[in-house]
Amino acid sequence: MSAVIDTHDHSHDEHHGPAKGFTRWLLTTNHKDIGSMYLIFSFAMFLLGGSMAMVIRAELFQPGLQIVEPAFFNQMTTMHGLIMVFGAVMPAFVGLANWMIPMMVGAPDMALPRMNNWSFWLLPAAFLILVSTLFMEGGGPNFGWTFYAPLSTTYGPPSTTFFIFAIHIMGISSIMGAINVIATIMNLRAPGMTLMKMPLFVWTWLITAFLLIAVMPVLAGVVTMMLMDINFGTSFFDAAGGGDPVLFQHVFWFFGHPEVYIMILPAFGAVSEIIPAFSRKPLFGYASMVYAVAAIALLSFVVWAHHMFTVGLPIAGQLFFMYCTMLIAVPTGVKVFNWVATMFRGALSFEAPMLFAVAFIILFTIGGFSGLMLAIAPADFQYHDTYFVVAHFHYVLVPGAIFGIFASAYFWLPKWTGTMYDETLAKTHFWMSFIGMNLAFFPMHFLGLAGMPRRIPDYALQFADFNMISSVGAFMFGATQLLFLYIVVKCIRGGGEKAPAKPWDGAEGLEWTLPSPAPYHTFATPPEVK
Amino acid sequence: MRVQLSRAGSLMAGLFLVPQSALAAWELNMTPGVTDVSKDIYSLHMIIFWICVAIGVVVFGVMFWSIIAHRKSKGYKPANFHEHTWVEVLWTVIPFGILVAMAVPATGTLLDIYDTKDADIDIQVTGYQWKWQYSYLDKEFSFFSNLATSKEEIYNRLDKNENYLLEVDNPLVIPVDTKVRFMITSKDVIHSWWVPDLGVKKDAIPGFINESWARVEEPGIYRGQCTELCGKDHGFMPVVVKAVPKDEYEEWAAKKVAAAEKERRLTSKDWSLEELMERGEGVYNTACASCHQADGSGAPPAFPALKDSTVATENMDQHLDIVVNGVSGTAMQAFGEQLSEVDLAAVITYERNAWGNDTGEKVTPKQILDYKNAQ
Repeated sequence: MSAVIDTHDHSHDEHHGPAKGFTRWLLTTNHKDIGSMYLIFSFAMFLLGGSMAMVIRAELFQPGLQIVEPAFFNQMTTMHGLIMVFGAVMPAFVGLANWMIPMMVGAPDMALPRMNNWSFWLLPAAFLILVSTLFMEGGGPNFGWTFYAPLSTTYGPPSTTFFIFAIHIMGISSIMGAINVIATIMNLRAPGMTLMKMPLFVWTWLITAFLLIAVMPVLAGVVTMMLMDINFGTSFFDAAGGGDPVLFQHVFWFFGHPEVYIMILPAFGAVSEIIPAFSRKPLFGYASMVYAVAAIALLSFVVWAHHMFTVGLPIAGQLFFMYCTMLIAVPTGVKVFNWVATMFRGALSFEAPMLFAVAFIILFTIGGFSGLMLAIAPADFQYHDTYFVVAHFHYVLVPGAIFGIFASAYFWLPKWTGTMYDETLAKTHFWMSFIGMNLAFFPMHFLGLAGMPRRIPDYALQFADFNMISSVGAFMFGATQLLFLYIVVKCIRGGGEKAPAKPWDGAEGLEWTLPSPAPYHTFATPPEVK
Repeated sequence: MRVQLSRAGSLMAGLFLVPQSALAAWELNMTPGVTDVSKDIYSLHMIIFWICVAIGVVVFGVMFWSIIAHRKSKGYKPANFHEHTWVEVLWTVIPFGILVAMAVPATGTLLDIYDTKDADIDIQVTGYQWKWQYSYLDKEFSFFSNLATSKEEIYNRLDKNENYLLEVDNPLVIPVDTKVRFMITSKDVIHSWWVPDLGVKKDAIPGFINESWARVEEPGIYRGQCTELCGKDHGFMPVVVKAVPKDEYEEWAAKKVAAAEKERRLTSKDWSLEELMERGEGVYNTACASCHQADGSGAPPAFPALKDSTVATENMDQHLDIVVNGVSGTAMQAFGEQLSEVDLAAVITYERNAWGNDTGEKVTPKQILDYKNAQ
């Protein structure tokens, strides 16, 4: 294993810098450059998907149709979901993996640097195709991010074939990214770093990468079946031709459920780095954290039909998927208890990464509670496809995945840029996001329980007040993210204190042994881990 | 662009005004509903909710204690423990026990919901883009249930009434104290039939018939909506169920059966162009206007214009074929099964003579019947 690394021991060009100009970014194989590009791309997509959410919330501000027509509204909900899932959250975590995994395991770069470049540059191409469908005749995808057939096949807009192509390209990019992560972790760890000594962020990403490799081909399969139905006269999902619309949902959710863990497990890992650092106390139950993540990943393959409790599954299937889904609460609970036990009797301080990490634990747990409620199949008949579900998955995705990303960004920005970010502004960013997010999403629980279906452009009058509050919260959350852009730009331009090698006194790990900013090439000689 | 700006302006103005709805309610929780099943679901919902609250109090309690007491700024010195076997075993086993306790009543309720045997009445519920069809299988009549809210209310030109978006022209009528079985399916995309007070939500899927049931004790009007994204007007296909005393139901059903009989007789009557036009306008507005627009201008490319189109002004056979059989691979449905011969004749006649199409041609119900029989 280590033979590969040793050959670079005394190479003369260890300290050469990046190439100049645009080719530096186009042709780069450097994990730090590619990580930065992933993060910048993901933030751009976050703003684009977010502005679509603003359109949705503006239309829902009052009952009646004011701003957009239902057909365009459906395109907005669909594109918002697709862009946030595939464009914002997933690339952000790949960006963090690119930056941090080599530095955390003591590797000089990712194991497959050229493939790394290729998997990034596929993404802008895929999203150019996806977003361009909005300008095509008949509009873009309008069938929800879950694109259930036959609404997306027989009844889909003409641009659906472009949507399928974009999904294929994103899938290839994700699979290559996952292979790269696995190859790096398996082959490039510094001598002495056994698996059970790896930082949890590395562990969660390793497991996430296996999930990606397992399910992205399934997604590719389901969109290929759609492609055949639309363009080549097959009837996979067309009941009139002997096909089965429910088959679509089984295949989609076999991808879709592990996908939601793909979006949350790396955040679990990052939070497990940040909580101990600002508690100044080692992570409680390291081994059980690893086993819990593995258990969640395995269970994620046998719970997919809980998204389909109302399609008329046989009773045995209904019970099986209900019990398995409830079981997920056990390892998830273990993780939350471990984080709280890590904080318990630590010496806590609340810089921006810690604020986001603590909010992550509280709000993700609330999302977990509503998830447990949704697991109860009979109760799900009342919750399913209402705003209660919208509240649930935004509570696990916004303060879950996205707060996890913000926490990571503030935690490692000093290492990336060599400059401390502006703590006052960052805390403002946190509190505005925290308040805005809760204002936007908490009332959705009430709306769903009172009977408001999701994905509707207009609603009955009894839902008016909470929708207005929700819209105000959403506008606040959305506007606040521009502040984050300002904070990061200021930090990159060096406007702030110089960061020491280890700016957080409680932080542990190889990345903090490097100077800040981290040099262009790091760990050309592998460090010794004891 | 200017229109959008002025709309945005009125939206901003709305911020400073009192919300227009006098009915605004601050409904926080699920309603218990009016059937045994919906009440069981409600109690499951409350049990699991309070379990979550209890766990939350303990977990967040410990966390906030640490946040307040164990601060570096207060000079608190960190402990160094990082494992504790029996605590870890305990917080794995106890949640598991709670889940088992929760699964028992949930399983019971689920078995009850799935028991559709021994129903007194069977009603087939069929989803269409964007309306429901109710077929009373024991009585041999059926009808469509469309949104009754006007476009004026939706586009804010008129004040919204209290049942805004939750009102239909023909509600589903069921008798109280009777086990009614719903056989739910769809003719196009997937819909979902939901009435919260009945505790019934079931997907309507083309090619499948899903079963569900309800026994309502209390007469009343119960409202719900389609809950599966089914295209453009997904937000505009409500469900209204009217539960009435048994004798009232029998009276209503007898009238419906008689009306169906009368409809069949109308087919053989001689119709004038004016009569067909008058009836056709009504049919067009409920069945066609949501896509092809009331003025026949459509919304190309998905929904072609009918005004001045060759299909509606020249080629009669093609016009019949499209309306009766639909256009496969597009949103145009086959209306042959949805509308009566009289309505089909009326609407085709209307389309060939309205909005300046003025062909002067009429199609009679008998011609439609012959056309269908010839297929």
